[in-house]
Amino acid sequence: MATYLEFIQQNEERDGVRFSWNVWPSSRLEATRMVVPLACLLTPLKERPDLPPVQYEPVLCSRTTCRAILNPLCQVDYRAKLWACNFCFQRNQFPPAYTGISEVNQPAELMPQFSTIEYVIQRGAQSPLIFLYVVDTCLEEDDLQALKESLQMSLSLLPPDALVGLITFGRMVQVHELSCEGISKSYVFRGTKDLTAKQIQDMLGLTKPAMPMQQARPGQPQEQPFVSSRFLQPVHKIDMNLTDLLGELQRDPWPVTQGKRPLRSTGVALSIAVGLLEGTFPNTGARIMLFTGGPPTQGPGMVVGDELKVPIRSWHDIEKDNARFMKKATKHYEMLANRTATNGHCIDIYACALDQTGLLEMKCCANLTGGHMVMGDSFNTSLFKQTFQRIFSKDFNGDFRMAFGATLEVKTSRELKVAGAIGPCVSLNVKGPCVSENELGVGGTSQWKICGLDPTSTLGIYFEVVNQHNAPVPQGGRGAIQFVTQYQHSSTQRRIRVTTIARNWADAQSQLRHIEAAFDQEAAAVLMARLGVFRAESEEGPDVLRWLDRQLIRLCQKFGQYNKEDPTSFRLSDSFSLYPQFMFHLRRSPFLQVFNNSPDESSYYRHHFARQDLTQSLIMIQPILYSYSFHGPPEPVLLDSSSILADRILLMDTFFQIVIYLGETIAQWRKAGYQDMPEYENFKHLLQAPLDDAQEILQARFPMPRYINTEHGGSQARFLLSKVNPSQTHNNLYAWGQETGAPILTDDVSLQVFMDHLKKLAVSSAC
Amino acid sequence: MSQQGYVATPPYSQSQPGIGLSPPHYGHYGDPSHAGSPPGMMKPAGPLGAAAPGGMLPQGPSPPGPHQFGQNGAHAQGHPPQRFPGPPPVNSAASSYAPYSPSTPSSYPSPASTSVIAQLGHQLSAMHINSYGSGMAPPGQGPPGPPSAPLFQGPPQPPQPSIMQPGSQVLPPPPTTALNGPGASPLPPSTHRQDGLPGPAPLNAQYQPPPPPGQTLGTGYSPQQAANYGPQMAGGQLSYPGGFPGGPAQMAGPPQLQKKLDPDSIPSPIQVIENDRATRGGQVYATNTRGQVPPLVTTDCVIQDQGNASPRYIRCTTYCFPCTSDMAKQAQIPLAAVIKPFATIPSNETPLFLVNHGENGPVRCNRCKAYMCPFMQFIEGGRRYQCGFCNCVNDVPPFYFQHLDHIGRRLDHYEKPELSLGSYEYVATLDYCRKNKPPNPPAFIFMIDVSYSNIKNGLVKLICEELKTVLEKLPKEEQEDTSAIRVGFITYNKVLHFFNVKSNLAQPQMMVVTDVGEVFVPLLDGFLVNYQESQSVIHNLLDQIPEMFADSNENETVFAPVIQAGMEALQAADCPGKLFIFHSSLPTAEAPGKLKNRDDKKLINTDKEKILFQPQTNVYDSLAKDCVAHGCCVTLFLFPSQYVDVASLGLVPQLTGGTLYKYNNFQMHMDSQQFLNDLRNDIEKKIGFDAIMRVRTSTGFRATDFFGGIFMNNTTDVEMAAIDCDKAVTVEFKHDDKLGEDSGALIQCAVLYTTVGGQRRLRIHNLSLNCSSQLADLYKSCETDALINFFAKSAFKAVLHQPLKVIREILVNQTAHMLACYRKNCASPSAASQLILPDSMKVLPVYMNCLLKNCVLLSRPEISTDERAYQRQLVMTMGVADSQLFFYPQLLPIHTLDVKSTTLPAAIRCSESRLSEEGIFLLANGLNMFLWLGVSSPPELIQGIFNVPSFAHVSTDMTLLPEVGNPYSQTLRMIMSIIQQKRPYSMKLTIVKQREQPEMVFRQFLVEDKGLYGGSSYVDFLCCVHKEICQLLN
Repeated sequence: MATYLEFIQQNEERDGVRFSWNVWPSSRLEATRMVVPLACLLTPLKERPDLPPVQYEPVLCSRTTCRAILNPLCQVDYRAKLWACNFCFQRNQFPPAYTGISEVNQPAELMPQFSTIEYVIQRGAQSPLIFLYVVDTCLEEDDLQALKESLQMSLSLLPPDALVGLITFGRMVQVHELSCEGISKSYVFRGTKDLTAKQIQDMLGLTKPAMPMQQARPGQPQEQPFVSSRFLQPVHKIDMNLTDLLGELQRDPWPVTQGKRPLRSTGVALSIAVGLLEGTFPNTGARIMLFTGGPPTQGPGMVVGDELKVPIRSWHDIEKDNARFMKKATKHYEMLANRTATNGHCIDIYACALDQTGLLEMKCCANLTGGHMVMGDSFNTSLFKQTFQRIFSKDFNGDFRMAFGATLEVKTSRELKVAGAIGPCVSLNVKGPCVSENELGVGGTSQWKICGLDPTSTLGIYFEVVNQHNAPVPQGGRGAIQFVTQYQHSSTQRRIRVTTIARNWADAQSQLRHIEAAFDQEAAAVLMARLGVFRAESEEGPDVLRWLDRQLIRLCQKFGQYNKEDPTSFRLSDSFSLYPQFMFHLRRSPFLQVFNNSPDESSYYRHHFARQDLTQSLIMIQPILYSYSFHGPPEPVLLDSSSILADRILLMDTFFQIVIYLGETIAQWRKAGYQDMPEYENFKHLLQAPLDDAQEILQARFPMPRYINTEHGGSQARFLLSKVNPSQTHNNLYAWGQETGAPILTDDVSLQVFMDHLKKLAVSSAC
Repeated sequence: MSQQGYVATPPYSQSQPGIGLSPPHYGHYGDPSHAGSPPGMMKPAGPLGAAAPGGMLPQGPSPPGPHQFGQNGAHAQGHPPQRFPGPPPVNSAASSYAPYSPSTPSSYPSPASTSVIAQLGHQLSAMHINSYGSGMAPPGQGPPGPPSAPLFQGPPQPPQPSIMQPGSQVLPPPPTTALNGPGASPLPPSTHRQDGLPGPAPLNAQYQPPPPPGQTLGTGYSPQQAANYGPQMAGGQLSYPGGFPGGPAQMAGPPQLQKKLDPDSIPSPIQVIENDRATRGGQVYATNTRGQVPPLVTTDCVIQDQGNASPRYIRCTTYCFPCTSDMAKQAQIPLAAVIKPFATIPSNETPLFLVNHGENGPVRCNRCKAYMCPFMQFIEGGRRYQCGFCNCVNDVPPFYFQHLDHIGRRLDHYEKPELSLGSYEYVATLDYCRKNKPPNPPAFIFMIDVSYSNIKNGLVKLICEELKTVLEKLPKEEQEDTSAIRVGFITYNKVLHFFNVKSNLAQPQMMVVTDVGEVFVPLLDGFLVNYQESQSVIHNLLDQIPEMFADSNENETVFAPVIQAGMEALQAADCPGKLFIFHSSLPTAEAPGKLKNRDDKKLINTDKEKILFQPQTNVYDSLAKDCVAHGCCVTLFLFPSQYVDVASLGLVPQLTGGTLYKYNNFQMHMDSQQFLNDLRNDIEKKIGFDAIMRVRTSTGFRATDFFGGIFMNNTTDVEMAAIDCDKAVTVEFKHDDKLGEDSGALIQCAVLYTTVGGQRRLRIHNLSLNCSSQLADLYKSCETDALINFFAKSAFKAVLHQPLKVIREILVNQTAHMLACYRKNCASPSAASQLILPDSMKVLPVYMNCLLKNCVLLSRPEISTDERAYQRQLVMTMGVADSQLFFYPQLLPIHTLDVKSTTLPAAIRCSESRLSEEGIFLLANGLNMFLWLGVSSPPELIQGIFNVPSFAHVSTDMTLLPEVGNPYSQTLRMIMSIIQQKRPYSMKLTIVKQREQPEMVFRQFLVEDKGLYGGSSYVDFLCCVHKEICQLLN
């Protein structure tokens, strides 16, 4: 099986693709019986230092319904200078530039190692990146100060020719004009009134009146870019001004009376930001970066009233249909998100507050546009500061790790159709021959828009095998899929990345072993999890869990080896062995469990789950636990309460949190100060080792995780205890004898119980 | 505590020396009968006073009646210090009585002797003598008696009995009737001394012979003179002292009259003014008598509050109300008061005292809520008091209790302003504040139109420069060092720019509000700031504003949103305030209150003409209502270069108690001085905010209609976002019931307002009027200036609802009716064709004609609609003095200037015939000033004034006279500044050369002539009125 693992890994590295099945069942019927759909996780902009982009444009299939791009899978007739599209079998002439083509003189896109290739489009004007800061001023003084500093610092990180803009809001919304000398000038909007894009543009004076245009035409055709120049200015021109302006930002001056929340017009502020960019820079890479320190409390998009005595909605309220503003607010932000997506801009949300800030309602803004969502306690924390800084990190080429306005197009060979995608994308509603009628995730289209993406952004793409059972694919036949991602690179170039992959078809009846062996349980777990989370957004929690359970049982029934009605006989092959465990942890994860999480937290977790790559997603589903002890080198241990031992230091990575946990003895030692004694230097090293490792993770991860350093009995140890498999609880503490771990005070079922039930159900003939 | 403070002030702390001595009989109005006990006597002038004003003649001393006067004088001296004296109490009081002595009959001989000469000037003076001589009529009462004795001895005697009874002392019917003879005193019907244009008076015939026959003038005047002295000599035969000269033949029919009427012979306003000045000018006028007719507004005198509000605060159309509504209807004389609650008081008069009852607040009648005032009668040893207004008997609150003295007066009578003064202020308690919270100090917001034209003509720069200095002079409480008023700044074209000028900012910040459809205030903190604290930021801002918009080519403006913004800013800051808006164009940008040009000349002279005076949309109406509700006063400076729809734009300023200034075709070098003066004046002037005025009356009548810069939500509360020292409210009264002659008619005007320092106060003005069942009393106590003020305001208000033609007819008819009623009921029988005018209304026709000729009432397409709307609005808030000058401009011959004297030259009548080629004349009407240069003006004068060698060298495009260091120039400029001084609007000076084009404009102000755009001459109008009267009589 090593070969498949290698294959999978190789494919992932080259193409950024991981399929749930790497050998495909050749008929629709068989495919549905596989339980886990044929799907893949695609990381469209996976960093490929070894892949220099080619400086020409791709060759397209001339059939208008196909327009597939020339790839290594195409049949080429070098003599006739023809190539056959491997998707529609159209025969196409090579363009004139390819006249020199021959077997030995192949263009890169025909070479097998270039199954993924990137083109740079030279056409069209390059427009600078745009960063529009939307800043909440209803903050505490030190919070605001920290935020101001972060923003000022960020100016130095931006590309010098990038355009920046500043909108501040509180009770009112202010759009700051950046160009003026002397007096600082801003346009103010009422925070309670929603305005159409047209109105906003009129009020900001962005509509070009007919007269001036005519006047400008003969003399200065250059007039146009300057229309918006008052609000969006190149960083290098105004960074001093803007730094001062940011420095002078005051807290919202309107008095907040006792027992009230400050009036915060987040809804209108976002609306204006969207409207501003919509009018001036449609379809140009732009980030709207919303920094907010509390929930919207007035106007469209308000999440909670300003009375402090009325708390912000909880899951409980939502279930009871008690969240007054939720639906309306959600609608408002969805409308904004869709408009933003249409314009190819993305919205980041940086929400730092101790209470909820309305991420539940606003989540679509980030989710649909591919923006970031960052949740913290305060702007004055390293979590925010470093996360924010990391947005502007650069890759090996010195380019920003961000891309804009991407469209992802999926083309499939005839036996396949695309059923949908789950990730930070919106449908472009492009119907075509390869669009399935069944939808999984965002479906009904073969193209999606991803307004903001980075090298780790990953989409789950779901397919449907449509080949009928009675029309078998010829032996050795391969199915092909082409992913075409057009995007604006951070260097402002337009680029197209094309990934074409192929997999073997196999007859599920005769070649089930092959198919089974080519199962990628990690990818499958993540893909199923995405489906589950996607459903959880619209369905009741228990329904989703039931659905997930049923899928798991069916999978076990299909691929397990067992004797009917004999749970003890149940076995799963290696390629499936971890899958039930993933599902167990998934069921317990905050993505599906809302207990103990606020609606905002749930939204936050789900947001990240729907866009991280496979590795990170797996960490989120099943956190990683490392053990550090004197008994040997650091090692991963079971995420189980039995791993919590007195003489160990544990390092848990849940993606969102990094927890370092000192066992009871270790903690006592440390308290006794052994680490400071020269003779116990090794203890010092032991203490240091997890810290170093944690630092390493902290350095790399986006968003920066919450870093928790705790010990046995510490209040923060709950982060660890809530994650581990509760194999020892107060109920069975004494049944487990000597090998003592830490009992978890919970009624949750443990993995063992879960597996027992699973086996029982799988072997039962009842279902 | 404050009471103590109050007590400590000298005038009140003085004990009343006379009190103990004064006879037990009622009231402090000493009466002649008690004159015998000289020093303690209060004021014997009471009964006389009513008679006196009319009867005064400034002539020589008074040999006859010396006793009485001696006593009076003595009283006066003993008495004044007890009152609340003006600065020079004793002297002024003394002097105030001085005039009485000259008025003795002995004076008659001298005028008589001069009058024999048939010279024009003398005739004029004779005429005026005559008119006031009518006051002398008392002699008529005692026709048989010698001229001297009867006059002054007569009157005192009748009052004696009545004086014993409370209240009656104010009512001196016998003496007063004597003044105007006719109606009042049934005794000698023959003593009519009305002024008027006699028809073919029988006397005429008698007296015609003496003057030179050929001269109509002569003929006209001789009878007058005769009339003057007639009573003494001939026993009251004179029926036409007004001196209508026409011979009998002419009198036969008005039309014929017309042709031969000599302008000099008809009543002259100038003469009337001069007479009043001569008799009462420079004296002390004490307000201690009920129903006393004050000096004319044109007369300078010192007013001493002795229990009634100064005429500076309240002037009535008549000081004697008819007892019944039937009588009022019969006479058709409007019963109205022109109230100027914040009128400026000259420095030599006592400012208002402030009464502070601490937490108790003002003492008020439980039933009608009238405030404690001199009209409250204390009874039961001071434990209770009876309200003079509703007669309700109230308990005196314990804190306010005070024993009564032997005449039933509280022992602290002179220590408490509210017991002894006509006008005073109360500190209001929290109950009188909005939301029961002490008010915040007001704020001024300056809102500058920065559209292209204002930038282009430099106006914005001018305003900004000026604000830097003028803000130093924000009004403040007298005791404070700095003004509590906060200031804010907004500029606008079709969007609004707010400025953050918080003191800790290095640079002001600009916040643009583009949502003019639903305007709002973008910032609170930093918008309204203390000028001293934010001075540097504000200066920085004012420096930058002109530059900021220098490149603007925005032509469109908004208007209603600007006011809205200002109002909301004040609302947000929870303070009252005033907006200063500098605006120049029709607001055509898309926004509420958007206006279109609707200046349709075709509407003129149709029933729809009124539309031109109505606002175009009701946006402004509701905006004004909101403004008033939030104490937001709007003052508008308009700089129109074309039609801007003043009727619409001016509505909010009018209803919020603001002022509208208009500078047509503003040009920097020509008009900036006028504008800057107005701006300075308006910022600095005394003002009260968030005011509610309530006019209470004694039973039997009530206030029914209000005119002015006010807003009324109900029928009684007059709301004003602000009221300043130049704004007057005219109140009309109607009968509810019969009025008693004894009790008289009492008026209390209370204004609750917020001071510039943010104190809530009540300002109370009390006035008592007489009541009479004799029409003659009524006519005798009328005041023409106030009448015209009332007529103008009611007509200008009616303009909104009625066709102008109807309004003009009503005015003419009412004039005729009033005069006809007099003729019918009060004048002695005479030929029907004889025009007889009551003395008090002698100049009513000429003033009425001026009103009718005002461009508002003239339906002529040549006159700009905006100008008409503007003048309409101005008049609506005018006080009596302003309206008098406005309708009858002051025309001064400058060439007769005595450069050594500081007095103004005597004015002349506004007629072209009074000008001369050799003369230089200055004309002022409160809005404009003209210097008219005759073609043959004396070169030395030209040189002196203009510093150019000759008439031809004089440039007419100057608006300021050059400062030339010679007496002509200095005196003229001083005269101009004196004229300007008391006027609310800065007058723009126009130099007019005779026989040059601009003279046409000047001529419009010669109101006795036939108007350029129609409007009859004085003479024509008089004939017309006469005709009407004749018809009515028939």
